[in-house]
Amino acid sequence: MVFNRTLGLLARQLQLAKSHSSQFSPIQRALSTSGARFNRLLVVADHNNETITPITFNAIAAAHKVGGTIDVLIITNSPDKLVPQIEGAEHVNKILVANHKLFDQLLAERLAPVIVNLHNKQAFTHITAGANSFGSNVLPRVAAKLNVQPMTGIIGINSPDTFVRPIYGGQAIQTYKSKDAVKIFTSRATAFQRVNVESGKKAPVEEVEVPNAEVEKAAALTQLVGQELSKSERPDLTSASVVVSGGRGLKSKENFDLVYKLAEKLNAAVGASRAAVDAGYVPNDMQVGQTGKMVAPDLYVAVGISGAIQHLSGMKDSKTIVAINKDPEAPIFQVADLGLEADLFKAVPELTEKISK
Amino acid sequence: MKIMVAVKRVVDYAVKIRVKPDKTGVETQNVKMSMNPFCEIALEEALRIRESGLASEVVAVSVGPAQCVDTLRTGLAMGADRGIHVEFKDGLNPLSVAKVLRALVEAEKPGLLILGKQAIDDDCNQTGQMLAGLLKWPQGTFASKVTLDKEKRVATVDREVDGGIETVLLDLPAVITTDLRLNQPRYATLPNIMKAKSKVIKKYTPEDLNVEIKSDLEVLQVTEPPKRKAGVVVSSVNELIDKLKNEARVI
Repeated sequence: MVFNRTLGLLARQLQLAKSHSSQFSPIQRALSTSGARFNRLLVVADHNNETITPITFNAIAAAHKVGGTIDVLIITNSPDKLVPQIEGAEHVNKILVANHKLFDQLLAERLAPVIVNLHNKQAFTHITAGANSFGSNVLPRVAAKLNVQPMTGIIGINSPDTFVRPIYGGQAIQTYKSKDAVKIFTSRATAFQRVNVESGKKAPVEEVEVPNAEVEKAAALTQLVGQELSKSERPDLTSASVVVSGGRGLKSKENFDLVYKLAEKLNAAVGASRAAVDAGYVPNDMQVGQTGKMVAPDLYVAVGISGAIQHLSGMKDSKTIVAINKDPEAPIFQVADLGLEADLFKAVPELTEKISK
Repeated sequence: MKIMVAVKRVVDYAVKIRVKPDKTGVETQNVKMSMNPFCEIALEEALRIRESGLASEVVAVSVGPAQCVDTLRTGLAMGADRGIHVEFKDGLNPLSVAKVLRALVEAEKPGLLILGKQAIDDDCNQTGQMLAGLLKWPQGTFASKVTLDKEKRVATVDREVDGGIETVLLDLPAVITTDLRLNQPRYATLPNIMKAKSKVIKKYTPEDLNVEIKSDLEVLQVTEPPKRKAGVVVSSVNELIDKLKNEARVI
């Protein structure tokens, strides 16, 4: 079945090659047909074989900023579930599906060969994904195999080869130019507004070849043996429009309830500082900061968080920052739009109670 | 089994950095430098594995300018058995570091590589993944727990991923990168600092290792991040709610 589809694909490619002058590589063809600015972008979709992760739609928006045709690659064992979630997305030229039962486990070792193989055939100018734990795990492995220096957590795109990203935990902003033939980058979700997923169009779907031998070899070396995902009724932290975060000032896991209650009132996601995670008040995937999640909601409420550099780098692009802290010297007040110098154990319940009125 | 740990010298995590006025980079002259916090965690993990009898030797490696020797001495004082310094004057990008490390892996034949998940200066989060890609080894990134099984030659690694924790089983040799919650690194004691002075640090250059340094990223400028406008301190919860509703209009 897969073999037949692959043959079909090959036949189409041959036709394409004939219709253009066949002595040119795909890039040269692209250049000759659409001028020097033509880019062919590949966005690698993040998903869990059930749902496309929303950051994929931010990554498509970043790709659109580069300009050119955008193909989305879904490496999966269940394309039927995933394709309908993304085929209507704005700016998508084509959906490429790599389907294999071994993609029940979405491990970098299995996914990287597919991307490398596809690039070697189709010569993309850009390969990109969202800068989350998926993108950060997979794309550098791909880049190494292609002898390319990738770029992490891009927040701005000045031209197809000039990119902007924060360094030193957001204490400086670097603009640089990539001289690689294929630019490989991950983009920060908070810097690119998601594309519309119901554009009214449906992108065509094409099956792509899976380098079976390599994927099988990788599968023998690495297996996923367990998953412990935290359940939450609150909105997703990285995409919520309101985030309430708690820090060491909460003093205990039980007291963190104050944060949850306020979050509930505001329909907010709940975040935390490293101190709160290390103290065991909340699980690690709630950490906001340089080494945790990057958020940029409309409203960020920091409760009992002093505001270390490493925490600020994860939230200082929020539109409005509110700090509730009893220490007037806390650095969080230097970035807060609205600061309330008060005991959180009094102020937070009062805020929670009054906010609905 | 030998474990190789890569350590990077970076501006200390507590330093408020300054961008150079000519926008060419960040001021590193007369600024406190330290071992990258994630690298300390990587080294600590390697030492614990050796102390549990599952490894025979821990080799610390650093790639960069002459002062990286100080970082390696810190690593030796923590307990690494010996050091390797690959000297290169300028900063290197992760691809070049990964290539240097691959060459050292070929020379040293370690059974496990441990790196930090990211350096806190360039924030790349790439080197471990790239090295694993070059070596075609399995990768256990963002590790919060590592368990080795010497008989079966596998490592079980808990990974900190977006939704929680994921456990992977890796055939050795493998590359592991450390997250913050893997362990609490030890401090070097004075006697160990003295002892570290007599430990060996072997020197190489990238040329010795036959590694060509690629510089495919050209830094055009480094600037200060946009400043936030000064905020106001409110005196009561009522005033806070009023401002959120009527000025910021976020609730």
